[in-house]
Amino acid sequence: MRESSPTPDAIHSDAFLARLMRGQLKLSITCALCFMVALVALPLLNYYQPGFMAQRVFGFTLTWLILGVLFFPFVWVISYVFIQRSIALEDAEAKAAQDGLTK
Amino acid sequence: MNALLAAQGIDPWIAFFSLATVVITVGMGFWTAGKSKSAGDFFVAGRSVSVGWNASAISGEYLSAASFMGVAGMVMATGYDALWYPVCYACGYLFLLLFIAGPLRRFGAYTIPDFAEGRYDSPLFRKIAVCFVLFIGFFYTMPQMKGAGTTLAYIFPGLPYWAGVVVVGAVITLNVSLGGMKGITLVQAFQYWLKVFAITLPIFVLAAIVGHYQQHLEANKTAQETVAAAPAGIERKALPAKAPKDEQWIAPFGKLTTKAVDASIAAARTPEAKAELEANKQPYSLLYTYSLIIALVCGTAGLPHILVRFYTNPDGVAAKRTTMWVMILIGVFYVFPPVYGVIGRSLTPELYDAVGAKGTDKVVLELPTLLAGRDHPLLGSILSGITCAGAFAAFMSTFSGLLVSMSSALAHDIYGRILRPASSPEQRLKAFKWSALIVGVTAVGLGSQVEALEINFMVGQAFAIAAASYFPLLFMSVWWRGMTMRGAATGMLVGGLSALASITLTSVSDVAVAKAKKLTDAAELAAYWADHPLAKGIADYWVAHPLARILCEQPAIWAVPLSILLMIFVSKATASTIPADVRMKMLVLHAPEALGLKQEYIKEHEGLGGH
Repeated sequence: MRESSPTPDAIHSDAFLARLMRGQLKLSITCALCFMVALVALPLLNYYQPGFMAQRVFGFTLTWLILGVLFFPFVWVISYVFIQRSIALEDAEAKAAQDGLTK
Repeated sequence: MNALLAAQGIDPWIAFFSLATVVITVGMGFWTAGKSKSAGDFFVAGRSVSVGWNASAISGEYLSAASFMGVAGMVMATGYDALWYPVCYACGYLFLLLFIAGPLRRFGAYTIPDFAEGRYDSPLFRKIAVCFVLFIGFFYTMPQMKGAGTTLAYIFPGLPYWAGVVVVGAVITLNVSLGGMKGITLVQAFQYWLKVFAITLPIFVLAAIVGHYQQHLEANKTAQETVAAAPAGIERKALPAKAPKDEQWIAPFGKLTTKAVDASIAAARTPEAKAELEANKQPYSLLYTYSLIIALVCGTAGLPHILVRFYTNPDGVAAKRTTMWVMILIGVFYVFPPVYGVIGRSLTPELYDAVGAKGTDKVVLELPTLLAGRDHPLLGSILSGITCAGAFAAFMSTFSGLLVSMSSALAHDIYGRILRPASSPEQRLKAFKWSALIVGVTAVGLGSQVEALEINFMVGQAFAIAAASYFPLLFMSVWWRGMTMRGAATGMLVGGLSALASITLTSVSDVAVAKAKKLTDAAELAAYWADHPLAKGIADYWVAHPLARILCEQPAIWAVPLSILLMIFVSKATASTIPADVRMKMLVLHAPEALGLKQEYIKEHEGLGGH
């Protein structure tokens, strides 16, 4: 079937797939790391610095303010950045592949 | 009519709003029933749902009774630690977005078992995957049913717990068999907005009258403060003896995470044993916290009834956009349930003394009625009616989503692919309706058994099973070319089943202990335990081994890595069985749709006589 396929062999090469996956995975892992650092650090701070985390900020304790309110917008920012970059990456890949097709 | 209702202790406003929600839900079900015709409509809503609709519908489906009532109840009962639930429920979507949503949608399938079979060309693997759809689905259904029973018993005080379970189960089963996925998409989108309205409006009005979120938090003194800096005008009722103390409630590592060790300390015989347990208390609760976080974050990315919704997006980019909007929509919602818990601690502490359906789980429904005692009788009734309507929307929408995904598993995967591959689309549609009925009846039966368990706790367990089975499967299948069917199946089965087993152990003994607590007579109690030697044995073992109890109650911290490691090792050992066209499969998963690889892939498979 591959002879009749509309896409060039370049797309079916291992190199193309590896590049494609590496680009997206690198972006995903970077974003995941930002998130995981916060997720791991908050319980650790609660554990080792209970006094600092218990100080009052606008009536909340610091740790309650972070977990109950600030965590949500933090994650929205990560996801917004990811979507923008990820779609840009896809567009670039598609364009590069299609340029290869017309050449 | 009003007099009659009042005579039975039923608030007419509450009854009105609840009834209206049910009527609108059923009405929309009938209305869309005429529009859902093909099998595609029933299973994936014709794959044509726009980002806005789909994000609302996913959020509507996701915000369950656990979110609407359970989170508030748990924050009130256990304090800070319970905040991890709403945060991880919302933020777990990030993992789904980063690693799974886009590729999964590109692969194009009706259900997760379709993906499992397609990725490994293995009908056997489909069967394993179907079993997990049902396991996770039923575990998730039970707390929804408890929400239904609790709410109806609250609205109609004389009504037994099981009656609410039966009524709601019947309504939703009817709805799903009428319209399938396409029908519930509209209903769920509507129910998201209803839930946001129902959780925000009453709390804004309440806070304006009785004091704000942070003012009520300030009334709880921390371990570092000598006296509570209660702001002027904040009323606080005396806490009953059962309620956790301020210092433990407001700080991390409180009642939720130290319960197991506390039980052991209470039972310890020697002072040395007590001291040793006290020293372990904090490290153990840190462990509990991390295990809970892993379960919730990875579990969100592995819930079959949520994942199936991504197939209703037109393409991979839309799937990613949808995920981001879902995170925003549910994040906004999740700020509010803890507010009910915090204000509830100040104003309705009597809930600490009640158990089961009358305990802290109903704080969301109870709090607005306080306004009636503050010269706003009508306002109190209306707002309480609105939160009841929200609660109805919560368990109805989640249950309908679960019902669709479980019925799809039965009708599409078991009937259509395994039992009768030659069946016509009409037959499969009929099978869908019958499956909905079977699942609905089973769910009602299971739901009537779980009155003693906390809503939010049960949902957390469903997440732990999903985290140890589907999350590793999807994550590894999407990103690792070297995965084999045997590796995937071994990891998923061992991880998922061991999580399931350890969770079942804790639930069985907890239900038995809760029943035993109701018995006051010593002889009766002894007879009860003599009848349940296994539950007694497990309960005693937990007391002696608090660490084992924590690891069984929150298995994610060992089950998720176990599952992933098994996948890697077994796949390496069976590397010769990597699917031959794995590169093409990976291309379909990862290449942008613009390249048209999916069509080519389907053509190739048709050419080979597959699918």
